Amino acid sequence: MTKHRLFWPVSALLALLLVDLIAKPSFFKVEVRDGHLYGSLIDILRLGAPLILVGIGMTLVVATRGIDLSVGSVVAISGALACLHLSGLPDQDAVGGTVVAVGMALGLCLALGAWNGFLVSVLGIQPIIATLILMVAGRGIAQLITDGQIITITSGPFRALGSGYLFLVPVSILIALAVFGLSSLLVRKSALGLLLEAVGGNPEAGRLSGLRSGRLTWLVYVFGGLCAGIAGLMIAANTPGADANHAGLWIELDAILALTIGGTKLTGGRFSLGGTVIGALLIQTLTTTVYTLGIPDTATLLVKALVVLLVCLVQSPAFRDRVRRRRRPVPATESARAVEVSA
Amino acid sequence: MFGKKWAALAAGVMGVTLLTGCGGAADSAGGGAITLGFSQVGAESGWRTANTKSIQESAKSAGIELKFSDAQQKQENQITAIRSFIQQKVKVIAFSPVVESGWDTVLKEAKTAGIPVILTDRSVDSSDKTLYKTFLGSDFVAEGKKAGEWLVKESAAATGDVNVVELQGSTGSAPANDRKKGFADAIGSTSKIKVVASQTGEFTRAKGKEVMEAFLKSQSKIDVLYAHNDDMALGAIEAIEAAGKKPGTDIKIVSVDAVKDGMQALADGKINYIVECNPLLGPQLMDLVKKVSAGEEVPARIETQETEFDQAKAKAALPQRQY
Repeated sequence: MTKHRLFWPVSALLALLLVDLIAKPSFFKVEVRDGHLYGSLIDILRLGAPLILVGIGMTLVVATRGIDLSVGSVVAISGALACLHLSGLPDQDAVGGTVVAVGMALGLCLALGAWNGFLVSVLGIQPIIATLILMVAGRGIAQLITDGQIITITSGPFRALGSGYLFLVPVSILIALAVFGLSSLLVRKSALGLLLEAVGGNPEAGRLSGLRSGRLTWLVYVFGGLCAGIAGLMIAANTPGADANHAGLWIELDAILALTIGGTKLTGGRFSLGGTVIGALLIQTLTTTVYTLGIPDTATLLVKALVVLLVCLVQSPAFRDRVRRRRRPVPATESARAVEVSA
Repeated sequence: MFGKKWAALAAGVMGVTLLTGCGGAADSAGGGAITLGFSQVGAESGWRTANTKSIQESAKSAGIELKFSDAQQKQENQITAIRSFIQQKVKVIAFSPVVESGWDTVLKEAKTAGIPVILTDRSVDSSDKTLYKTFLGSDFVAEGKKAGEWLVKESAAATGDVNVVELQGSTGSAPANDRKKGFADAIGSTSKIKVVASQTGEFTRAKGKEVMEAFLKSQSKIDVLYAHNDDMALGAIEAIEAAGKKPGTDIKIVSVDAVKDGMQALADGKINYIVECNPLLGPQLMDLVKKVSAGEEVPARIETQETEFDQAKAKAALPQRQY
């Protein structure tokens, strides 16, 4: 069972939840309040949804040996544009206006993703540099859109994206799971996933075997932009308002952490969407745990770093192998396997 | 190339601001006017924008020629701006330091050139107090104290414990440290008021909401929320409402800043009390500039004129609120 690729991330998540159960049994209390589910676990799902989305997009980008640093800025732009449009409407509660606002924001995010894809796949700029451009400029664009102010909105339908409930369950997690389900189906039930892994694993071999890797690369950046755009709408809808300075700040690093925890290789070629979802939930659980247990905020970052370090250590086959070797002599086949994995 | 384009655009916008700043003042004042070089932190919030506007407008009406520069949150931009003010031989330099330390060299250059310096809103951390004439800004400890004093008065009739949760500003920032300290000092002698949980909400709405959600689940009884700024209080209101409670009634809220959205919530009864942190320090600054350039002595520390708002006062003040 320990060989399953999700074994370690899932056990880390369960271990963290176990800590919560011991320290604060009420952490697991879920009740129906005001017509929706209410409890810490529900908060984790609702607040974790944007990171899950950004993480899914990032996972596919990383699978092709790329990286997208601009997602945080795209999050800010998406929320800023939607809120700017909504704030100008005579009736913010109108569903039509909300749909237009969401459509405009997502359209722009698709274009921004296409811009990243263009730089990487057509101009051949290294992904980390290509997306750094939009990471820096993008926050500036978001600030231009909002004029440096926080745009507060009241629109009911828009707010539902971030803090609404459907059949008792947060809308945001339903959207995130829908995107997860669709993208999993696409990559695992069609050849798409195999092609992505081929592009990431060895681009040259992929090209020689007739793969149009350029088009695939372009596609994953566009998808990454779309995911970041939806996440941006959720974050804006949760507050509710557009904060161009803070929305999505450092989310690219959290997303990279989530997919690393989930077992996706940053060197490309091997990826796991399910692992990313678990990783994102682990990060959000950690944040909520810190707040719930009342860990002093001067120690918060240290506690988070220690947990992440632990998770990464148990994930590392080389580290596990060393621990095991201390306990008992290793059979030849196993050490050979470990070398193969870590190579 | 994209980045360059935006940089060029930003530079253009800054240039225009600078030109209109000088032009406007020169029109009203003529040749013998006092010139003031002012370097602003940036335009990160509504508070900051109101601060900028106040300085620009009051310079105009005081007949002071203003050279305005936006540092966009970067200390090196601010140092460059101050050096260019020195070269242009302005009469007085004023600035809101982006960070607390690292100012000694450039301030010494200003001192050598004989140009007096006024700090606004934020202070610098320097052992040599002769490097600047005065510091005009809010007293964050006093703000926290006022919030605490209100709570002591408000809960005078309460018989049981009063459980308070606190949303702090960014960890380590001067307003967060001082507002926490002032509040703790004010409630110190009242044993029934207890701060049961205190976490940073990083001065943002999103974090304010997220932390309050966790507080609502981990604390069995919350009577009062103390937020270090309005934005976090606004986020927390969302969390309280989602928990099926009434902000302002079930959980009383006191915060600091008095920005427009906060005042609206106060007028709507969702916040109970706001201690003002006034960005409109333009008129006081221009007064100081005139005094300093005339060689008059000024106190080394001047506090901005600030007030507090309850719900009735907020309703009255809201229509004129600029920021």
